[in-house]
Amino acid sequence: MANITFITSNKEKIVLEGDSGNVMQLAVNNGVQGIDGDCGGVCSCATCHVFVAEKDIDKVGKASDIEVDMLELADDANEFSRLCCQIEITDAIDGVELTVAK
Amino acid sequence: MSQNTTCVIIGASHAGVNLAFALRKEGWEGSIIIFDKDSKLPYHRPPLSKKYLELEDSIQNNLLKPEESYTKDNIDLQLGVSVVSINTEERFVQLDNNSVQHYDKLVFATGARAFIPPIKGIQQAKHVFTLRNANDVDGIRKALHTSKTKKVVVIGGGYIGLETAASLKKLSADVTVLEREDRILARVTTTYLSKFFDELHRANGVSIFTNKNVTEITNTNHVICNDGSAYEADIIIVGVGIRVHTELAESIGLKLENGIHVNTKTETSQKDIYAIGDCTYHYNGIYDRFVRLESVQNAVDQAKVAAKNICGKEIIYETLPWFWSDQYDIKLQIVGLADGHDDKVVRVEEDKKFSIWYFKGKQLLAVDSINNAKSYVLGTKYIKTKAEIDKIKLADPASDLKSIVVINQNEIN
Repeated sequence: MANITFITSNKEKIVLEGDSGNVMQLAVNNGVQGIDGDCGGVCSCATCHVFVAEKDIDKVGKASDIEVDMLELADDANEFSRLCCQIEITDAIDGVELTVAK
Repeated sequence: MSQNTTCVIIGASHAGVNLAFALRKEGWEGSIIIFDKDSKLPYHRPPLSKKYLELEDSIQNNLLKPEESYTKDNIDLQLGVSVVSINTEERFVQLDNNSVQHYDKLVFATGARAFIPPIKGIQQAKHVFTLRNANDVDGIRKALHTSKTKKVVVIGGGYIGLETAASLKKLSADVTVLEREDRILARVTTTYLSKFFDELHRANGVSIFTNKNVTEITNTNHVICNDGSAYEADIIIVGVGIRVHTELAESIGLKLENGIHVNTKTETSQKDIYAIGDCTYHYNGIYDRFVRLESVQNAVDQAKVAAKNICGKEIIYETLPWFWSDQYDIKLQIVGLADGHDDKVVRVEEDKKFSIWYFKGKQLLAVDSINNAKSYVLGTKYIKTKAEIDKIKLADPASDLKSIVVINQNEIN
């Protein structure tokens, strides 16, 4: 079980609780604005870009090679960027804060 | 825009569902009603031939949107209901449950159906499946469970057939693919990629036979080809392409041409009637020609454009197409349309990691990337910016992909 905080582009803070699946699914299932997940979570579309809060990056982990490559489609990607379909929900990420990319 | 206006969407797959939610986002205050004859909550289709089949996944894990989203956005999702006719003068659709529904704006998101070729005996044969809907896959899974021999013959070596073959192989089926052309993926890609996927499937234990025109399925479930060869099958999967649902569109006289003809605003030939997704024949400005695309990207992006136009914010559809296919440990990503290329460059990074770059003269048209997201992404950028590429550098995997641009057209303009 993990509580995850999403901060959307209009500065709305949404706290969601998840226990399985990936973060993109959790966001889409709860209508978090800005997370589309068009490809269904197979790292093909880059429509689930989030910035992990600096304090949480060790918990969440950095982007994998394919994510880093796909994130080049986004002009604003940085070292805290992740495609959240690639973040599995586990107890380990409880309390993390994710800012949804524009 | 009034609260009394109604937008009726026919079809609740990627295009129709995305349109409904996009309409709300764009400020549509009237009713939104979606009809679909499939009674399952709208789901992602690409996983059907992949993890939905292979992992025996549930539809619940593959929903486009959770059920409560429709309520929350006040979208009236009517499943298990077909539109049987349309009255354009009085603006209503007639449903198969004998009721009618008025519309102010009507959208065709009707997609396509799997084509079943006129093969002798195919209607009587048992365990014959196409693969387009979740019900198809549920049927395949059930048949496989009860099959003793697990012998599957896939008719058609296109993406659907091959993805299905890969998934079935993981479920320990004995899989044979019969392709009519002289190579698999003949209609959709180049010989280089065909050969790669042919070897990949053979290495994974799939039997592939080309130049096989299936003529008959016998009452003992043998698949017979025109050269007299016969393949025993407990399960037969037909993946030989699709036919666009155009009957309704035709019945009201919409302009048809390889699908429903739409302009760059997704408008059909009749006022207040739009079409989006797989069923549309539409203009692509990047390639300066009309195309019909079968893809999630096109469905979702046309939905967004339609939503804006329906809400009175004029916008045109001008998007670079992209596609993907996952088979075994291979991720194929395609950006652009390679048709009409006169030159190609293959860049091999390592075994099972390469990209094919298609050109017409100096213009980069498309990139196929195998386990190589970087080339897919940079290819996307280079096509969009009309960059001129140094082909010699491109072919050399030691040269950085970011250093291969000679001239960036957009920077000049």
